[in-house]
Amino acid sequence: MLLAASNVLPDNAGYVAAAYLVFLALLLIYVGIMAYKLINVQRDVAEITELAERRLDTDAADPAGTHDREGTPA
Amino acid sequence: MSGTRLRALSVATVVTLITGYALAAFVAPMDADQGFIQKIFYLHVPMAIVALCGFIFAGLCAIAHLRTDDAKWDLRAYVAIHISIILGVGVLLTGAIWAKASWGHYWVWDEPTLVSFLIIFLLYATYTPLRFSIEDRDKQARYASVFAITAGAFVPLNFLAVRAATSLVHPRTLSSADNLPGAMRTAFLVCLLGMTLLYVLLWQYEIAHKTTVAQLRALKRRLAGDEGLRPRRSAAPELQVR
Repeated sequence: MLLAASNVLPDNAGYVAAAYLVFLALLLIYVGIMAYKLINVQRDVAEITELAERRLDTDAADPAGTHDREGTPA
Repeated sequence: MSGTRLRALSVATVVTLITGYALAAFVAPMDADQGFIQKIFYLHVPMAIVALCGFIFAGLCAIAHLRTDDAKWDLRAYVAIHISIILGVGVLLTGAIWAKASWGHYWVWDEPTLVSFLIIFLLYATYTPLRFSIEDRDKQARYASVFAITAGAFVPLNFLAVRAATSLVHPRTLSSADNLPGAMRTAFLVCLLGMTLLYVLLWQYEIAHKTTVAQLRALKRRLAGDEGLRPRRSAAPELQVR
């Protein structure tokens, strides 16, 4: 099939393919970087969830609020 | 921008880009002079136009930032320049490939259009290091805005100067599009629209990401206090979220 396509395509099709592949590669690199950043966001969300759960546990154990919550984690 | 609108924009971008490049590949006639290699035109020129307009848009955002002192305008300018630089890399690479196929050289130093674009690209390549070199966040935002306005004003001036110059081999950007036959022009305009939508989409995604990160940092600060956050130096603007 590729052989048939290469018989149909003009000689300089490689340059056109290279140009469009460059564009595609740039897009993929960008998406890859954004995916990496998304992993960081997910890690932050997990950290915040953990902090919030600790805060809830502290509140449940000390409903009068006598425990100093500044600088939690308790 | 809400998730639903962002999803609609994503779909519109993909559909427009696929339509545009399908038109360029299958409907637009083969160029009489350059033949198949001219198909790079539908990628290279829209990218260049959108990248340059992005730089100007960043300048306008920077003006709004200096007028209002609102960090969100600084963020908009920063992201606009970031996306334009990425497209600029694409313009330089696809242009070099097209030049090699058409002229036999990857780069021609005595061609004003090429050199002027390289100058603009290199000018904006200093934007992020400039930001990173300034530690104080307020100063960083103000100096970056002044840079974005000055450089943004340079872009159209540079464009006009290049058009006034005698071109050696590179065709004039917009006048060559005016002379396109119907099917070629339609394909070009759809590709240009698709590239514009792609720019807006990536811009929106990055703004959404940076706003979310700022909100998470604010939430972490509320839960863990300042010690929960590692101090970090960054070129990116810092949004103050309550």
